[in-house]
Amino acid sequence: MIIAARNYLVFLQRCARIAFVGDWRYYAWMGALTVISLLGLNAYAKQLVHGLIVTGMSDEVSWGVYIANFTFLVGVAAAAVMMVIPVYIYDNEELHDLVIFGELLAVAAIIMCLAFVTVDLGRPDRFWHLIPGVGQLNFPRSMLSWDVIVLNGYLLLNVHICGYLLYCRYQNRKPGKWFYIPFVFTAIIWAVSIHTVTAFLYVGLGGRPFWNASIVGPRFLASAFTAGPAIIILALQIIRHFTHYRITDKALLTLRSIVQVSMIINVFLLVCEVFKEFYSGTTHGVSARYLFVGLHGYHALVPWIWTAITFNLIAMVILVMPVSRSLRWLDVACVLSIVGIWIEKGMGLVIPGFIPTPLGAIVEYVPSLNETLVCLGIWAFGLLCYTLFLRMSVPILQGRIAQSNEGQPEIQGDEPEAPVSGASPH
Amino acid sequence: MPTLTPPPDQTSDAAFSRRSFLRGCAAFGGLTALAASLAPLREMGDYTSTEQFLQKYYKELTPDDMAKVIARIEGEVQKEYGIRPHVRDLKPMDGVEFVYCLNLTRCIGCRKCVHACVAENNQSRNPEIQYIRVLKMPHGSMDVEKGDHTYDAKQVPEKGFFYMPVQCQQCHNPPCVKVCPVNATWQEKDGITVIDYDWCIGCRYCEAACPYWARRFNFTKPEIPKERLNPNMSYLGNRPRKQGVMEKCHFCIQRTRAGRYPACLEVCPVGARKFGNILDPESEVSYILREKRVFIQLKEEMGTSPRFFYYFDK
Repeated sequence: MIIAARNYLVFLQRCARIAFVGDWRYYAWMGALTVISLLGLNAYAKQLVHGLIVTGMSDEVSWGVYIANFTFLVGVAAAAVMMVIPVYIYDNEELHDLVIFGELLAVAAIIMCLAFVTVDLGRPDRFWHLIPGVGQLNFPRSMLSWDVIVLNGYLLLNVHICGYLLYCRYQNRKPGKWFYIPFVFTAIIWAVSIHTVTAFLYVGLGGRPFWNASIVGPRFLASAFTAGPAIIILALQIIRHFTHYRITDKALLTLRSIVQVSMIINVFLLVCEVFKEFYSGTTHGVSARYLFVGLHGYHALVPWIWTAITFNLIAMVILVMPVSRSLRWLDVACVLSIVGIWIEKGMGLVIPGFIPTPLGAIVEYVPSLNETLVCLGIWAFGLLCYTLFLRMSVPILQGRIAQSNEGQPEIQGDEPEAPVSGASPH
Repeated sequence: MPTLTPPPDQTSDAAFSRRSFLRGCAAFGGLTALAASLAPLREMGDYTSTEQFLQKYYKELTPDDMAKVIARIEGEVQKEYGIRPHVRDLKPMDGVEFVYCLNLTRCIGCRKCVHACVAENNQSRNPEIQYIRVLKMPHGSMDVEKGDHTYDAKQVPEKGFFYMPVQCQQCHNPPCVKVCPVNATWQEKDGITVIDYDWCIGCRYCEAACPYWARRFNFTKPEIPKERLNPNMSYLGNRPRKQGVMEKCHFCIQRTRAGRYPACLEVCPVGARKFGNILDPESEVSYILREKRVFIQLKEEMGTSPRFFYYFDK
């Protein structure tokens, strides 16, 4: 028992050590992210003191970019399972070792999600009111209480799966099936649930016709399964470029087919929504009119949504054509999908729900500088976390940090040759 | 097992100490930057207190706990405004369910109710918070999207328009209560939906859920001039709110649970507002709902079933 604890502590300590070791590019990247995170923290400190008045939000538009980013990132987190499904259900070998990178992305995304909801709270000091048993979690009536549970649960599930698999690899032993396969399958269902619950958060509000539509849930999933794997495609190429970790093109192309199908479904659902809102011509379509064409001279979101739609359409065309088998075109399509969906799922979904207000007033929303800094800070912090996770996991997966080489001189960076034999990288 | 040749600079003591010196500098610089970025927190002031932080949920407070809470609130108000208020925790009365009726034929859109409400309920004057919004509506339509929120006429009423004040509708089936993640808002026995300002976490989900745009958020610390403070207060009613919590109309709980009319009713110059106990068949509101041929619950299709009724004389 004591030996097991000691071994685990050594493992943690070696992981922590490698996080602070790298070449100058690593230090520059981490330094820049730290600076932006601290700028964000500073902006948040100001918000704590003066209140949410330092944001662009008002009683009319009472949620803004914080909740918009939160919504987008829940999708990113959920999409990690799109790598897990091929591996564990269809036994796709190409993606097998890469699953961990997807799940680490989910962990980083959930950390960002939790940060975004926390900064949106007026009284973050009262967070403990949400803890079941101690506070008063309104479960199961409030969809927000469901969200608290599913998000934290998803975080724990993924931390467990990643942590367990990495530690097994470190010890060079086969993971015990019962210790992670049930969790993997739970996580697959759970991933769908985090996004569905987040969609229901909006769908459940009868007073907001723009959100109170059953298509919101399916659209959430379709757009998440587009943007999430698109981010993973880019992340894997970055890992491949900066480390000597081998990632095959075939793995990337498997993800491409996921992005491809999801994007087609996403665009189809968009068409369904636009048709319903505009053709029927009921007064319930006013928010959609505000979003797509402007209302009574107010049209702050119009350029945004058309940018998003253009990006999504171009991405879809590239993805369905054979050119996207070349990584350069695939990358273009991925970037366009990510930006398009970020706009559409964030600003394009959250803000128009508030415009006009239930009493018919039109008040527009523009995020303030302070609010933007907080958002940038959280994004930088999320990237910082993901980089750290990768910095620790890549050498473990390569066998360069393993129990067998404990006590030997530590690696300094990403040396091309693994210093220790015996532990093969694959 | 191949042996690893350590890089030469690792073996040299000088290089090693230079490296640890640089690390020390980086750690020190990092901590300084962290402290600097948190510097604004020095102005936090009276954001919260240990007592308030640890305060239990309203429904779990014993009478003794409540007495302490009230003493704390009275102390805080006195410290801030220099006036010792009279804070009470008035409970709903048995056999009472409040209902509001508003006569759209009579309302002239003078907005006196808006101002009386602000004065009575200690709403923030900067930024301005108001519970009542009066819509100027074109004849013949109940579509709020045709309403004008910011009309600024020299004289009211204007020809061709009617006026519709909207405030919390005290729904039988309130969407705001359902969505609150921490039960900080609930419906009381007498039909009033209240907020525990000391329990609200400020997520604003209720504000998004309300189909009547009745809720207001304290985006910053509310400002009330000392001489304007109404010292007759209630815990669930008009005591001053903190930054970052929700508030809304509560049918002047500090008045109505003590047998008085709401402030908006008392000030109305044309008698457009009627308030009373629907469980009492002799009450004015019972009479109105019994005798008037048409009365309207705003956005009836929402299924919220408001306790606020609009009616017409002719």
